[in-house]
Parts: sequence; structure tokens; C-alpha cells
Amino acid sequence: MRDQMGEVPERVRERIGAIARAHEGAEGPALNVLRAVQEEFGHVPRETVPVIAEALNITRAELHGVLSFYHDLRQDPPGRHVLRLCRAEACQAMGAASLAEAALRRHGLAWGETSTDGALSVEPAYCLGLCSCSPSALFDDEPVGRLDAASLDRLVSRARAS
Amino acid sequence: MMKDIVSRIFISADAGARAVGSDSVARAVVDEAGRRGIAPALVRTGSRGLYWLEPLVEVETSAGRVGYGPVLAEDVPGLFMAGFLEGRSHPKSLGLVEKIPFLASQHRITFARCGVIDPLSFADYRAHGGLRGLERARALGPAATVEEVARSGLRGRGGAGFPTGIKWRTAAGASGERKFIVCNADEGDSGTYSDRMIMEGDPFALIEGMVIAGFAVGARQGYVYVRSEYPQAIATLTGAVEIARAEGLLGAIQGFDIEVRVGAGAYVCGEETSLLESLEGKRGEVRAKPPLPALKGLFGCPTVINNLITLASVPPILADGADGYAAFGFGRSRGTIPIQLAGNIRFGGLYEAPFGVTLGALVEEIGGGTVSGRPIRAVQVGGPLGAYFPPVLFDTPFDYESFAGRAGLIGHGGVVVFDDTVDMARQARFAMEFCAHESCGKCTPCRIGSRRGMDVIDRILAGIEPAKNLALLRELCETMRLGSLCALGGFTPYPVESALDHFGEDFAATPPRHEVAA
Repeated sequence: MRDQMGEVPERVRERIGAIARAHEGAEGPALNVLRAVQEEFGHVPRETVPVIAEALNITRAELHGVLSFYHDLRQDPPGRHVLRLCRAEACQAMGAASLAEAALRRHGLAWGETSTDGALSVEPAYCLGLCSCSPSALFDDEPVGRLDAASLDRLVSRARAS
Repeated sequence: MMKDIVSRIFISADAGARAVGSDSVARAVVDEAGRRGIAPALVRTGSRGLYWLEPLVEVETSAGRVGYGPVLAEDVPGLFMAGFLEGRSHPKSLGLVEKIPFLASQHRITFARCGVIDPLSFADYRAHGGLRGLERARALGPAATVEEVARSGLRGRGGAGFPTGIKWRTAAGASGERKFIVCNADEGDSGTYSDRMIMEGDPFALIEGMVIAGFAVGARQGYVYVRSEYPQAIATLTGAVEIARAEGLLGAIQGFDIEVRVGAGAYVCGEETSLLESLEGKRGEVRAKPPLPALKGLFGCPTVINNLITLASVPPILADGADGYAAFGFGRSRGTIPIQLAGNIRFGGLYEAPFGVTLGALVEEIGGGTVSGRPIRAVQVGGPLGAYFPPVLFDTPFDYESFAGRAGLIGHGGVVVFDDTVDMARQARFAMEFCAHESCGKCTPCRIGSRRGMDVIDRILAGIEPAKNLALLRELCETMRLGSLCALGGFTPYPVESALDHFGEDFAATPPRHEVAA
């Protein structure tokens, strides 16, 4: 619990209050609010959990339950770029597993982690709906298909250069 | 040739087309036209679903739309030189798009407009038959609309295959202050993308389908739950909802309106009760049934929850009549189904056809076999919870009952082809791993069974008491199948057992014969 006790800057507190108010009309807004907080700050900072829970009038435990359930929601900041590589069956059929493993090894990256220069987070995705253009990925929400070692390398280099 | 009359050019802005470069082709077309002093009339459409031909460039001619593909940005100056604006020949010419065999042999009902129109043009939508279904529903009245859907034989396209008319009838008959229409667009099955294509290519069809559903059962609010992996579908659909409000399609009939809600990366939220929990802002944990969502669904109110394709199929069924739709199909599976050919396949794409086409025809004739050129060894049908079919079962007709009869399922219509380099023990282990990763944790067979399944397969492959562990794996599959609360734990045995049944040799302790050196 210690890390939840950190000070929340007034500015952050205000933004969270504003986000919660913006969702006041919606029923069952918790997930929407968490998504909006993440959109704003890049992640859901641990110390903001009590603030969000209070704004939504639910318990911290309930909010933590929601936050920990969904793969998308993160409590640590991501890299400047996020590469979501598909690991599901249609991409497996086109050699995605060995393609990804080789690229991660080559660039010293790991699933679910951010490169030490803070440039790139690599996350597994289980289907991006680009299954007729496998292997596929989303690079900062931009779809990429028919990936091969060269194009994957280009994506990683692009991320690291910017 | 009159320079001031320029043919319209169509290039897909569907995520699948953009993934392979349709944006840069579109830019190249605009640039090259500019250099030649032509103002291009460029329309960004959804995709026709002929993905191996993407980026596909189409030009309107007096004979119809002529296609070129797959086009690279560097091909564009050559296309202008060859006179593609008049539909002239070029090495990338495909002739009339409608005559391409893959498209010509389909029966497009749900996908009639997809890839043809500008997805955010309400005028295009109307001009291509949109809103006729709603007009007929209003003329029929709510009760007769429900009966028309029932008579069409439409069943849930998410995979469960439950008769849509019965679901609607139940919700219509339920008493409640408020009722909801929920569209399940949490299309998580690998090998499927038909929901995405509609959201990006013909979103008004979904909206019209939901308005009809709301009218039929007496609901005033609809939700579309879209997975977060589909950023472009979310953007296009959200834009379409705003246009539909401005055009009076939303907000007019009983005040029915739609809110688009975005998931957060949980596969299990594609299960209807988990989706409802998630819509309520909670953990996406599965609910026990009964009560049925039709009686007690979202916020405890009567709720019709349908797959996106089910809802998008309603307007054409109403517009052209239930009998015409029901005339298509096979056995108890009526109408058409958008089949998605994916994975290691030469002609990957969307194939809408009446139920009944055989799996072999789909993957070998229509799909053209593997793109790697190697023999097909296994085909997974119906997503990660679907069985792997070997070529000896390629005579199975594509319909709910035939696949169930062969220990499989059609699911949401995804067909993923693997060539002979696939290691089926690894695929079986992945099925368990995926289940463990995505389990909501509510029931033990799924939460614990999937982890134990991974361990047991690891032991078999390590050569530890293989006979005993194979028997244990079978027993575990039975427990998961019978004891899980929802399809995630309940159907994970399908890929595992089919791998054991048809590809048992891959479970030998020695490295499989096709293992590719890392």
C-alpha cells in the first residue's frame, strides 16, 4: 500500500476530478474514466488510485479490481512508442513467433518491457484483426502488416530515432 | 478525351489495407494527379476484403469499377501513364473488380456495400440500399419485425448460433422500465475481422440494425462495445454515430441512441455476460446463467446482446424479406455467413457465402492453398477455442451443426490455415496458455485447469510418463469442458483434443519432425 500513499500533485488531482465529472452522465463509468486517465497521463499512476476511487464514489479495492483485470491498463509509464505485436494463431501460422523472438533478441527487448532508452515498449497482442496480412502489429495505433525481419527492424529503429 | 471529367478513384482506408500501405498509395495518386494538372476524385472506402490484392486501386469506368493491385506507391506514375483513369491495361490490372472470381462467387448480403462506398457518407449509404430495412420495420410494427427476424432463421454470428428472433422475442416480452441493445464488437478470435471491416467500411449498417432492434423490443439506448485493438474502427464508428444523429437516424425513433464504449484488452469480454459486467465498469467476470441477459442483462434490465454481424445482417433481411434470406443456407443454418480466410493462405480475405460450402473448397479452391506453397496440414476454424481440422475432414460443410458433429465449431467464421511446418503440440499448449492468460478467474476448471494443462503438455513433451499424462490431459479437458462457466474454459479443449485426435504424432517426446531450427 505504501506506493499508493505518495503525494498527488494538485494539478493531477484537478485533472482527475475533471475527467470524472466529464463522465458523470454515463452509467458504470469506471472503465471509461480509467481509460481517460491513462490517455491523459500515459498510465494510471499508483498514487492516483485513491483519488479516482473517491471521484467515482467506489472503494479503492473495487477500483484496484478493475485496474488489475484489464491488460491495457498500466500503472507504469510506457516508452515514447508502443509496438503491439500479434502473437495469435493467424500470425503464428505465418511465422510470427520466431520473427518476434529473433527481433526482440537482436534489439535487447522483452515482452511487456520498455527499452532502457525509454524509446519503445513492446507488448503482446492477441489478434489485431489484420489476420489476412499476417504477421501484423500496431505501432502507436498505426496498423502494420506482412511484417518480416527487415520491416520489423525498421519499426524498431524508427522508434529509437524519435 | 476530356481532361476535366476525371473518373472517381477508390482506395481502401480499412486498417488491413492501411497495414500494407494503402495510405502511401493514396498520397502518391494525389501527388501524381497534381503533377499532371488533374484534380483527382479520390474516395477512401472500406475494404472489399480481397486482402492479397491490397492496396487495391479501383477506377470507375462506364463498364464498371476496374481494379489494379496490389499497388505500390512506386507503381502510381506508371498507372497514370498506362491510362488507368480510363481503365486501361497495366501489369497490375485485375479487370472488372466484380468479376474477380473470389468476389464473383460470393453472395454478399451483409457485406454488399463494404469496400464500395465511402463509409461516412450518409448519401452513399442511402443510395446503396441503406435505410430500406428500417422503413419496412416501421411499416410492419415491432411485433411483426421480431417475427420477420425469427422467420429468416438468423442465428448469432458470434459463434453460439442462438436464434436471434427468439432472443428478441424474449426481450420484447420482458417487462422493464428500461431495455438495452448491446452490440458485441469485441472481436477477439484470431483469424476474424468481419466486425472490424463493417465498422470501418459500412458502419451505418450496424447503426441501422441496432435502431431496428431497439424499435422491435422497445429499447431506447444502445451500446457498442468495441475492443481497444481496433483504434480505427472506433474512430470511424464514432464518426458514423455522430452523423447518424445529425441525419435523424439516431435519436428519432423512441429516442434510441447509441454510445460507443471501448474495451481494455480482455479477450473474455467477448463472452456476453463478461461484456455486460465490463460495460457496467466492473471487472469482466463472467456471470452465471440464468438469468438470461434478455430478461436481466445490462444494469439488471432486459437486454438484447448480439454480435455485430448479426445486427448488421438485420437491415437487408428486413429490406428484402425473411424468405429470401432463409432461402440461402444449409440445414438449420440459414442465410449467409462472412467467412474470413486467414493465416498461411494465398487468397486471404472475406468470403460471404451461404452456409454449406465445404472447408476444403474454402481453403484449397477459394483460398488457393497456402501462401508458403507447402501442403496444408491443419486448419483452425472458429478462433482460439475452435478445433484444428486435418485435410481428411475437409468435406465438412460450413454450418453450425456439421462442425459441432465433428467436435468443432464455426465460431465467428474465422478460418486459419497452417502448412506442414506447424507443430501441433505447441498449438495445443498455446491454447491452454491463452486460456490461462485470458481467464477471468471466476471458475476453477478454467483458471486452474488451463495452468495444469500447460504443465501436463510440458511433461508429455519432456517424455515424463507420457501415457499417464496423456490420459490426464484427456481427463482435464473433460473437466474443463463440462465444468467451466463459459466458453473460454469450456471450449479450450476443442483445439487441444483435436490436436491429440488428429495429430497425435506431434506429442511424442522427441522433437517433432517439422521443427524449424531457431
